[in-house]
Amino acid sequence: MAHHTLDMPITEAQARALRAGDTATLERTLFGIRDATQIHMFDRGRKTRFDLRGHAVIHTAPNVKKVPVSNEFPAGYQSICVGTTTSARMERFTRPLMEQYGVRLIVGKGGLGEASKRAFKDLGGAYLAIIGGTAALESTWITAIEDVDLDDLNPESLWRFGIKGFGPLLVAMDSHGGSLYDTVAATAAERRAKALAAIGVKA
Amino acid sequence: MTLRIDLDVIEELAKLLYIRALKILPEDIKRGFDRLYAAESDGTARSILATMRENIAVAEKTDNLLCQDTGIPIYNVTIGDGVEVRGYALKEAIERGCARATREHPLRSSIVHPITRKNEHTSCGVRVPVINIDFSTEPDELRIEMIPKGSGSENGSFLKMCIPAEGVDGIKTFVVDRVIEAGGKVCPPTIVGVGVGGTSDLCMHLAKIAATRPLGSICADPEGANLERELGQAVNSLGIGPQGLGGDGTAFAVHVEIAATHITMNPVAVNIQCHSARRAVATIRPTGIEIGT
Repeated sequence: MAHHTLDMPITEAQARALRAGDTATLERTLFGIRDATQIHMFDRGRKTRFDLRGHAVIHTAPNVKKVPVSNEFPAGYQSICVGTTTSARMERFTRPLMEQYGVRLIVGKGGLGEASKRAFKDLGGAYLAIIGGTAALESTWITAIEDVDLDDLNPESLWRFGIKGFGPLLVAMDSHGGSLYDTVAATAAERRAKALAAIGVKA
Repeated sequence: MTLRIDLDVIEELAKLLYIRALKILPEDIKRGFDRLYAAESDGTARSILATMRENIAVAEKTDNLLCQDTGIPIYNVTIGDGVEVRGYALKEAIERGCARATREHPLRSSIVHPITRKNEHTSCGVRVPVINIDFSTEPDELRIEMIPKGSGSENGSFLKMCIPAEGVDGIKTFVVDRVIEAGGKVCPPTIVGVGVGGTSDLCMHLAKIAATRPLGSICADPEGANLERELGQAVNSLGIGPQGLGGDGTAFAVHVEIAATHITMNPVAVNIQCHSARRAVATIRPTGIEIGT
């Protein structure tokens, strides 16, 4: 199990070097994206001015405070609390994010499904699991909100965060068909009958 | 004696409780983490639980929110005996406090119109905050419990109108299968709330009461308490683990609440509470106001 420090953006080769079970820490840049952002980008034809090629996106909608634009707050937003939401709702957007925008990594919680696994394999990407519900800690890895696009969708805008030591994250799905979620699901399915029998459920 | 309720106090408390609940995890949940960590045999799961405990400490140290999800705000109001309060105005005061917490902290408003998806940035909207009013025999006491219910786990809500012939086996199977289906999406370790009986809506409400009950509390009905113990054992033998990445600690506990039901019915509901099991409580008495969990 290797640890990778990734200075974003990365190449396809770097994305394909990640293996399920490895850990990774991201540096420099991370984009925040969520349900409404992607519904507008992929179902309603809106485009972002951001160049996402080779980048990582995190499934989030942060708590922010509006402040005057300054060097410290270039987008006019101070970060208060940035955490991660459940990824599964955004399953169908993984492929278009990668195909149309060149995204390489998705940071989220709870895992993605078969369609995302195929997209990672076909296009060269990975899913990095962060620990959901640990936003106070995660917020300490954000250095600034550098820019924001599609901000009429606030808080589900497209955010560009400056980051430092963002991780460690667990590589939970890779570009070789590996998925820790598949392993856990197989275990649970295998143990189900015994668990039910132990509490008196007749088959 | 009569306790007269000042609505300005209610508004302030509605604001304070929302912010406090988002920042300070109740002691029973912290102890739940200690217990799961001590019992966990999987290395990855132990490190995940350790990070969750670290986050609780960081939130307190930096006076920050535990989780970015400000949830759907729920206020459970229990009005004791001899309490005098203007009911409708009480609800309005809670809404004002909830909106002020959102604007003044500020907090992310997670509440949108269900069809237009428009966010008013107040954490309020049609019928939200959810305000549940109940009554108790406690003299001269008004209690407000605030629960910011996170959406990842709220999306792990399920109802099945089982039939009598499916019996308790049908209930047990449904709960275990929904926990498997929810996997890591509901941010385990969780409290699995189970409602048994009642009507469809009451059954779902019971599941929510169960999911948000303090750890260590036990169903008042002995059959319900049995079911809690059995289902707790079953869900923690599945290997789903913290964050659904494997391990022993899938749930802190399974909580069950029951209601009588119809001869033709056997409803079961599941409502899940994520590990950020946040709540805050204010109790107003003639002697003063107590804030806790």
